[in-house]
Amino acid sequence: MSVAIKVTVNGQTHEHEVEPRQMLVSYLREELGLTGTHVGCDTSNCGACTAIVDGQAVKVCTMLAAQADGAEITTIEGLAANGALHPLQEAFRETHGLQCGFCTPGMIMAAWQLLEHNATPSDAEVRHALEGNFCRCTGYDNIIKAVQHAAESA
Amino acid sequence: MGVIGQSVKRVEDQRFITGKGRYTDDITLPNSTFAALVRSPHAHAAINSVDTTAAAAAAGVVAVFTGADLEAAGVGGLPCGWQVDFKSGDTMKEPAHPVLAATKVRHVGDPVAIVIAESREQAADAAELVTVDYEVLDAVVAATQATAEGAPQLFDDVPNNTPFDWELGDQAATDAALASAAHVTTLEYDNQRLIPNAIEPRCAIGDYDGARDHYTLYTSSQNPHVIRLLMTAFVLGLPEHKVRVVSPDVGGGFGSKIFHYAEEVLVTWCSRQLGRPVKWTASRSEAFLTDAHGRDHHTKVDLGLDADGNFVGLRVKTVANLGAYLSTFAPCVPTYLYGTLLQGLYTTPAVHVDVTGVFTNTTPVDALRGAGRPEATYVLERTVEQAALETGRDPAQLRSQNFIPPFDGVEQEGYQTQVALQYDSGNYGAVLEKALAAIGYDELRAEQAQARAAGNGRHIGIGFSTYIEACGIAPSAVVGALGARAGLFESAGVRVQPTGKVTVFTGSHSHGQGHETTFAQVVADGLGVGIEDVDIIHGDTESVPFGMGTYGSRSLAVGGTAIVKSMDKIKEKGAKIAAHLLEAAEEDLEFAEGSWTVRGTDQSIAFGEVALAAYVPHNFPEGLEPGLEFTSFYDPANFTFPFGAHIAVVEVDAETGVVAVRRYVAVDDVGNIVNPMIVEGQVHGGITHGIGQALFEEAVYDDSGQLISGSYMDYVLPRADDLPSFETDHTVTPCPHNPLGVKGAGETGTIGSPPAIVNAVIDALWPLGVRDLAMPLTPQKVWQAIQQAS
Repeated sequence: MSVAIKVTVNGQTHEHEVEPRQMLVSYLREELGLTGTHVGCDTSNCGACTAIVDGQAVKVCTMLAAQADGAEITTIEGLAANGALHPLQEAFRETHGLQCGFCTPGMIMAAWQLLEHNATPSDAEVRHALEGNFCRCTGYDNIIKAVQHAAESA
Repeated sequence: MGVIGQSVKRVEDQRFITGKGRYTDDITLPNSTFAALVRSPHAHAAINSVDTTAAAAAAGVVAVFTGADLEAAGVGGLPCGWQVDFKSGDTMKEPAHPVLAATKVRHVGDPVAIVIAESREQAADAAELVTVDYEVLDAVVAATQATAEGAPQLFDDVPNNTPFDWELGDQAATDAALASAAHVTTLEYDNQRLIPNAIEPRCAIGDYDGARDHYTLYTSSQNPHVIRLLMTAFVLGLPEHKVRVVSPDVGGGFGSKIFHYAEEVLVTWCSRQLGRPVKWTASRSEAFLTDAHGRDHHTKVDLGLDADGNFVGLRVKTVANLGAYLSTFAPCVPTYLYGTLLQGLYTTPAVHVDVTGVFTNTTPVDALRGAGRPEATYVLERTVEQAALETGRDPAQLRSQNFIPPFDGVEQEGYQTQVALQYDSGNYGAVLEKALAAIGYDELRAEQAQARAAGNGRHIGIGFSTYIEACGIAPSAVVGALGARAGLFESAGVRVQPTGKVTVFTGSHSHGQGHETTFAQVVADGLGVGIEDVDIIHGDTESVPFGMGTYGSRSLAVGGTAIVKSMDKIKEKGAKIAAHLLEAAEEDLEFAEGSWTVRGTDQSIAFGEVALAAYVPHNFPEGLEPGLEFTSFYDPANFTFPFGAHIAVVEVDAETGVVAVRRYVAVDDVGNIVNPMIVEGQVHGGITHGIGQALFEEAVYDDSGQLISGSYMDYVLPRADDLPSFETDHTVTPCPHNPLGVKGAGETGTIGSPPAIVNAVIDALWPLGVRDLAMPLTPQKVWQAIQQAS
């Protein structure tokens, strides 16, 4: 048994037959080759798989691909527009907000949603907004700076 | 202005911020199969039989292999890289560590069979169908129980579950010093077991190419050459030159990706059997159960002081839980990376450490960020702070008065400790003074006194940690004499291309450390080229000559020096070419900012022109080989010894037991700094890892050996809203024995922070009668201690 889905990912429309149990993250990684969305835990705890689904930051390791039928999805690969990096991407580089890079796409997507709702967050608000995303390298300090830097430059 | 010392933005970031990083799981080869492991649900059990019939018949299954299959094929066990013999001189007990358990399982997660199928899901489904008949045995879990009378024995030929014991220092002198001390501070505690939790789960892909009789292993490892050597020479008996190991982008290691793991062997061997690629990626649950764990010591320590507060003797007795098997570095972590650091920054004239390594029915323990040195620093710094509190001394003053006086390792000799090491250079008072000034110590103490007098329920605590660590491992002859089965040098090939662009092949693997930037800065500075003209290649045994890998904060001190050595040879050969082209004597030339100039003239030739001449040698020195490329191996003369002073300020809510870290000041001395931004980032991450140990993280096993903290709902990693913003600074005491003068910065924070945090909490609660707390300081534990004390 399979389910037909139609999704728009980074502005491009895809139609596929997917297994009912296939997770959205594996659809993105394996069917579409968008490997920038990472799997760190499979259980919605680490946030490495965070992508934007219909304007919301979603941990796509626990969302079925079938549930995404009709959805508009943005992954880290689609964040830069017309060859120009998104201010968040620039800011993570500028403030050394990443080290091994594994959590970075999810961290940027979670921060993207925060800034959509709150253009001038306090440090405490940034920390609260990112508490669903683990980073084992940076100690978060420079990630907080990156989000503030992006907020200022947007 | 040179590029060394500049906070150059990282070269590698472009791919990571755009989702173009290439981690092992991002690679799926054509015609790939997928593997799932059947793992023991029991901590200790005999295997009566393994029935794979149903699994083999399941949809999509390509093959199933068991421990018996591997034994029949002559596959060896996983090797241990370090031999620590008994105090008596008897040889270390080194039982086999099977790739797949055939007769007995010794920890939950021990692999028993591998199922390979057309898809990941089919492999996982079929793995459920493998039936293993286990005869469950009693398990032993705690280090302190392993040697008890009647304790379950893991191996028939390892009596008392003890593969080695070890000591260092002068026991008689230490006992005598403690017997005559005016005050002895004693602590007994567990340095709890931690689970590393790199956010990228481990992944391995085996790819056998029958046409070339050639193997490729892609693996998330910190040291691909070491994996190749161990796997080919000790486990599979393959010709080393027919095996390529690639570690592409690796999503954090922290020591857990040093170990040569069973899955690396399995995918390689299975790919040969099937003639197809075999891919395995750990689930997070598997990572909790099978990534090598860290720490897990039970320690009793006695520190003696004379009437003036001078330290007179330190006695340490530790039982180190090694888990169920000897991992790659297991014997060295609780001995040579631990006992040798117990001098700390102090002049203590007598030190003795006694360590017993024990097997238990738990996941094997290996290096975890700091590896032995956080454990040593915790011993010293908790005890020193406790001694200050017990004797009513200021903890900063007590430390200062016992510090080893400054020495630069050039004018003044290195400092010979009581525990084998000779420190390279240090100025310990300077970091403490700078940290005290940064935190505003006097004002803080005044605020604390005021809060206590007011009795307003604000329990403010100030905690110190002044640490030293040994990095830049290591002089091969020294570690060889101490039981290492490998050299610990590093290699670097530097290839100048005909157009003057430079490609560096380094054995130091980067998995977050930013080598592609830092090493490029070193090369840009050394050869006078632009950073953008330098490419750093690492993580591939086919292109990099050799490598011992990245751990122990060794990359810049050892790997960076190997690059410098190759650049020296390039400049030496380049000078001959330049002299020929300039029709000058070689000794009249000087090299600066990318050109050779005839001293005192305006005659010069650029680096790029010399490079071109080396590859188009029409007009070339007679007898000189064309080309401009050198590979060097650097074996360090000594360890390097970074040090620092960390001060934590906490506020404890006595109603809830919650500890809030209000401020954290870290003043570190890592020698010369190539990229301050990257060093600061390393310090931040290290501090956070250490705060994780102090406040949150703990691997908990129940008595039957089940890991009950085996998920992110149970094992607490620090999150963004658990932490303050860090205040960091540094002093610079160059390392005297490497040309860059660098010491290493990857572990300082992890080493310094656990005792600083715990000391701060104890300081806060001392007036309430709380005298000690075991990490992690969870709200429940802190609250209970307050209730019991009052």
